[in-house]
Amino acid sequence: MSSATEPAVPVAKLPPLDDAAAGDIGDFRANSLWRLTLRRLFRQRSAVIGAIMLGLLVFSAIFAPWIAPYDPEQVLIGKEDVRKRAAPCIHLLGCPADQPQHILGVDGNVRDQFSRIIYGTRVSLYVGFLTVSLAVIVGTLLGAVSGFLGGWMDNTVMRVLDVVLAFPFLLLAIAIVSVLGPGLTNAMLAIAIISIPIYARVTRASVLSVREMDFIEASRALGASNTQILFRRVLPNALPPLIVVATLGIATAILDTAALSFIGLGAQPPTPEWGSMLAIERNQVFSAPHLVIFPGLAIMFTVLAFNLLGDGLRDALDPRLVHGSGVAKE
Amino acid sequence: MTQYTIRRLIAAIPVIVGVLIVTFVLARAIPGEPCTAMFGEKATPEVCEKFNRDKGLDKPIATQFLIFAKDMLRGDFGDSIRFKRSVSQILIERLPQTMELGMAALLIAVTVGIPLGIISATRRNSPADVATMIGANIGVSMPVFWLGLMLAYVFALLLKDTPFQLPPSGRLSAGVNSIPFYEVYNLQFTAGTFKASLFTFLSNFYIFNSIITANWTVLTDSIRHLILPAIALATIPLAIIARMTRSSMLEVLGQDYVRTAKAKGLKQRQVVMKHGFRNALLPIVTIVGLQLGLVLSGAILTETIFGLSGVGRSLYEAITARDYPIIQGFVVVIAVGYVLVNLIVDLSYAILDPRIHLD
Repeated sequence: MSSATEPAVPVAKLPPLDDAAAGDIGDFRANSLWRLTLRRLFRQRSAVIGAIMLGLLVFSAIFAPWIAPYDPEQVLIGKEDVRKRAAPCIHLLGCPADQPQHILGVDGNVRDQFSRIIYGTRVSLYVGFLTVSLAVIVGTLLGAVSGFLGGWMDNTVMRVLDVVLAFPFLLLAIAIVSVLGPGLTNAMLAIAIISIPIYARVTRASVLSVREMDFIEASRALGASNTQILFRRVLPNALPPLIVVATLGIATAILDTAALSFIGLGAQPPTPEWGSMLAIERNQVFSAPHLVIFPGLAIMFTVLAFNLLGDGLRDALDPRLVHGSGVAKE
Repeated sequence: MTQYTIRRLIAAIPVIVGVLIVTFVLARAIPGEPCTAMFGEKATPEVCEKFNRDKGLDKPIATQFLIFAKDMLRGDFGDSIRFKRSVSQILIERLPQTMELGMAALLIAVTVGIPLGIISATRRNSPADVATMIGANIGVSMPVFWLGLMLAYVFALLLKDTPFQLPPSGRLSAGVNSIPFYEVYNLQFTAGTFKASLFTFLSNFYIFNSIITANWTVLTDSIRHLILPAIALATIPLAIIARMTRSSMLEVLGQDYVRTAKAKGLKQRQVVMKHGFRNALLPIVTIVGLQLGLVLSGAILTETIFGLSGVGRSLYEAITARDYPIIQGFVVVIAVGYVLVNLIVDLSYAILDPRIHLD
């Protein structure tokens, strides 16, 4: 969406002379695809906002012990004068100074919710990155090999993946977790398995589009082996769309893991996972809405960060923009 | 066209066989014996042996699969272990509820999403466009279950005693009953026939049933109950459809023939709708078709939150209770339905774009 809010810039203007002059004039590598992409990426408002949001999340995940005022699993009964599910108390906003400050309130087990949400960032980022990495590795290999080799191998792999895609996403995830047993690791594994077809298809499509190109033919004439061609010539060309899909995939993975945790199949208490925090307190939505509102906002913030970044990446990597039709593709 | 349809149907067969295998394997692989799930403490070896023999669970796994596949193809899903009733009967009762919810959600998503996308595209970079796109980005990032709870909180608690108050759970208020049309019109049929199943199925669409029986109390009450879950379920598809419509429209509106149309002096409205929208429709239809899977996944969560006993929630409960026949029957029906809808979407391309010849 972002490139649409800003006029797309024709590529001719992108690697300007003064920029090159700042570095090594003779170094044409300075204007590599990645450089260009990065530069274009940071011209997009949504990508910048997404990157800042992600930065904040990474920061709070790393520095959670310093940011969080309490231990996320510490039960405050007997330590402080707080009630179960007490509403937020912020001293700056007029909460009496003699009461302990809990800026997002206290949960049903008398734990500080703000600390739990901060620590929850760790869980969500871990879930997002690990799940998608696993799916990308397996999916890319499957897609690349079947696209490159073609024939019966390609047919078989694609039909099997079609079967996976024939099930509604969450339904299959629930079934797989039921087999493996509930838990965060198994939930992540289930979501990784289900996302494999997406990455396999994206990779296969790029592989098919470059397989017949002249530079591949040239490599082959130079005596490169199949493996060499696949990993050094074909796969790098499949990378841009894969990066976009993977970034957006992290958003989906976080959302789906939260959903599995919400129905009790993902993270188990007392892990500070946002979906399960919501699930435990969902019947209190009328009496203690803060316990439902904030974990949900945290999920939304994180998912939004990856979605914005992914959209920005798509616009930055879209070759059609380079040729300057001026029309952005969503 | 016919030839292509047949070819696509044949191509769908291996996928459906795959669905059968996956469903069968997953249902068997769920840990725990159905017998223990069924009888709990009373599951002595003797009881279980008889139970397994009755349900055919003592046969070799390959035989079990063949029996299963044969039954599935005949539409015989067996009896639910938990409810001791035929799975097809349960499906007939519960599927309409989920379909009603899903259709309402898709209706909201399409009727709101497409106009929003068109407005965004025609007034690119205007405040309306920016607001729509920000809204769409937030919409796709929202967890369905959280949105459901928030809607319930706002419309059932904060807006209590205002005209906007809406019920947060159930399908009908206490005391309101939907009377099946066949009872109202005294239609006769014998139990267990196809006609009986069809009548039960149709009468479980409460909105449809109340319209044809002219029961306006039930109609308004069931619509009021449907609004919140439908909005919750519609949000993500709505956001996706709005974005897709916008980008597809932008691409089309940049074409030369659109400029020509404008140059001819056609009205803006005509250019946008006839030259623009008609040609932008193809990717929009694709994306609407794809939303079905999302709606089905979302239905599991939405039905749980709003206390609706549709297919989604029943299936989730069946998995926890290891009710194999329900899991198998429901999953197969949903997956086959999903494959068929995608097929219909593919076929509709030829109608929407005469340049595409499928044969």
